[in-house]
Amino acid sequence: MPTLTGVSAADELPGPDGQRPLQGDNASTGRLGDRLFGGAATVSGVIIIAIVTLIAVFLVVQAVPALTNNSENFLTSRVWAPGGDKPAFGILEFLWTTVAASTIAMLIAVPVGVGVALFLTQYSPAWLRRPAATLVDLLAAVPSIVYGLWGLITFFPFWKPIQTRIESTLGWFPLFAPADVSGGTIFFIGIVLSIMVLPIVTALSREVFAQTPATHKEGALALGATHWEMIRTAVLPFGRPGVISAAMLALGRALGETIAVTFLVSALFDGKAWTFSLFNGGETFASKIANNAAEFSNPNKTGAYIAAGLVLFVLTFVVNSIARVVIERRKAFTE
Amino acid sequence: MSTTTTESTVPDDVIGPQGDTPPGGRPGREALSEMSHPHRARAVKDVVARVVMWAAFLLAMVPLVWILGTVVVKGVHMLGTSTWWTGNQRNINSDDVGGGARHAIEGTLAMVGFTALIAVPIGILAAVYLVEYGRGRLAKTISFTVDILSGVPSIVAALFIYAVWVTSFGLRQSGVAASLALVLLMIPVVVRSTEEMLKLVPNELREAAYALGVPKWVTVVKVVLRTAFSGIVTGVLLGVARVMGETAPLLILAPYTKGFQRDLFNGNFPTLPMMINQDRGDLALAAAAERMWGAALTLILLVLLLNVIGRVIAHYGSIKK
Repeated sequence: MPTLTGVSAADELPGPDGQRPLQGDNASTGRLGDRLFGGAATVSGVIIIAIVTLIAVFLVVQAVPALTNNSENFLTSRVWAPGGDKPAFGILEFLWTTVAASTIAMLIAVPVGVGVALFLTQYSPAWLRRPAATLVDLLAAVPSIVYGLWGLITFFPFWKPIQTRIESTLGWFPLFAPADVSGGTIFFIGIVLSIMVLPIVTALSREVFAQTPATHKEGALALGATHWEMIRTAVLPFGRPGVISAAMLALGRALGETIAVTFLVSALFDGKAWTFSLFNGGETFASKIANNAAEFSNPNKTGAYIAAGLVLFVLTFVVNSIARVVIERRKAFTE
Repeated sequence: MSTTTTESTVPDDVIGPQGDTPPGGRPGREALSEMSHPHRARAVKDVVARVVMWAAFLLAMVPLVWILGTVVVKGVHMLGTSTWWTGNQRNINSDDVGGGARHAIEGTLAMVGFTALIAVPIGILAAVYLVEYGRGRLAKTISFTVDILSGVPSIVAALFIYAVWVTSFGLRQSGVAASLALVLLMIPVVVRSTEEMLKLVPNELREAAYALGVPKWVTVVKVVLRTAFSGIVTGVLLGVARVMGETAPLLILAPYTKGFQRDLFNGNFPTLPMMINQDRGDLALAAAAERMWGAALTLILLVLLLNVIGRVIAHYGSIKK
């Protein structure tokens, strides 16, 4: 199976003899065909660089006018009124909802995902291994709009009594305080997101766990370790960077997930008092933009939403870059 | 263990109750009950870990079964109606039963087809560059931006295309605009999977071609790409499957229409995700809810079909080492 998370050939280190892997350029004859084909390949690569650069440039350029007209602090205000003569908008509430829901998703998906990856690589009977892996991958194939429907119509009625129970027993704790929201809450969205990103955590973790050198594992077993002790001392330390990048990639996906969250969020009414409760409603960046797609009428309003999108882009950029750096460092240690 | 047997060399009182013995035939397990206390704690931990891993896997299966079960149970009825695969939704009000989804199915297929038409050549060529040509800073930069692109949320891709297509060029929202956003999401999938496949092609094949005096580009096209062909097809199908269910770009760039619309360049465009989104607005009406689940099931079937075809091709066409 091809993976989305593999390490690019371009990053591979030189071989032991100092030669780069896959010597090819020397074979170029310099004839027209070679130049055309090589040129096309190069251009395609450059197109990708251009696209990513353009995304950043366009978002910044179109966000700046709206941001300069903004009469509120963009980062610390909870107001969202981008229309009119005196636009005022801030992202604090979206930032909180997005980060809180994604954090909950990570707290659930990472332990379970690592458990599933360990099951698939270390515990599963051989006959079950492939079908089980395929089933987990199937979770990634379900379109996110279907997660939204299922969450909204099937899972929410099931979850609601559990939430009420938590509110009544742990409500004294600020994170679990009742917030009088009838629809989907931050916590609920976190749970649905955790299911959606589980296959991402599992796929990459599985890949690195499977690469644990057999000598490490046999060494642990030969010293008398039980199966679990072998995993704890050989497999987990070896796979840790992979697990961290898997978590980061999953976090990036959770932060930007749009349509399922849009189906599930409960928008708050203007001026609702601030609360840290996870049982509060609130929009994420993505759902706010998606819910108001019809409102992109005047440049100021559109600019405000593009500014929100820019923050989301920066968030995912940072998170994905961390994932990449961690994987790079692992290569430096293993090769 | 029978208590009447005289052959047992182990005194009965050392062997714990049968329930203590964990399942599984690993060597040494029988000795569990003879262990002193700290060893026993280790063995218990081992069993607990085993149980936890199984539980994690079963837990992960719960939503999968639940989601697929829900959609099939609620949606299968619509798929059996006479007009589902042939009709559209024009002149059918939200509370009217029936109508078809053909307009949305055709729309979705046309849109992802157009997306693939742009994304696949760029993606494959970029992967060829990364594996066969580039080793320097340009290659590293491309590889890095592919990673960034694969992390770009679909809503941000949609906003970007909106900023270019509508705000800057003043063009209308249309199927093409949504396709362009999907291209951004599909390219990294194609690049990464193609790259994986090209790396699997043995170097000896390239060297043999060079030794015969074959130019490099012919080697890449006729030897490397051909050897990796089935894997590349699989990657493309998985990429198509990924963008097929994307809804956010459609929401912003391709408003829904209930009738047939075969022109990607001409305004509102019907797609399955947007059909679901449309009927979600009228969930209280039984007819709309039924249509919505029908459309969801149709979408899942299309996505799964692509996944299955991709996996079958990967299984039968994979590179033998």
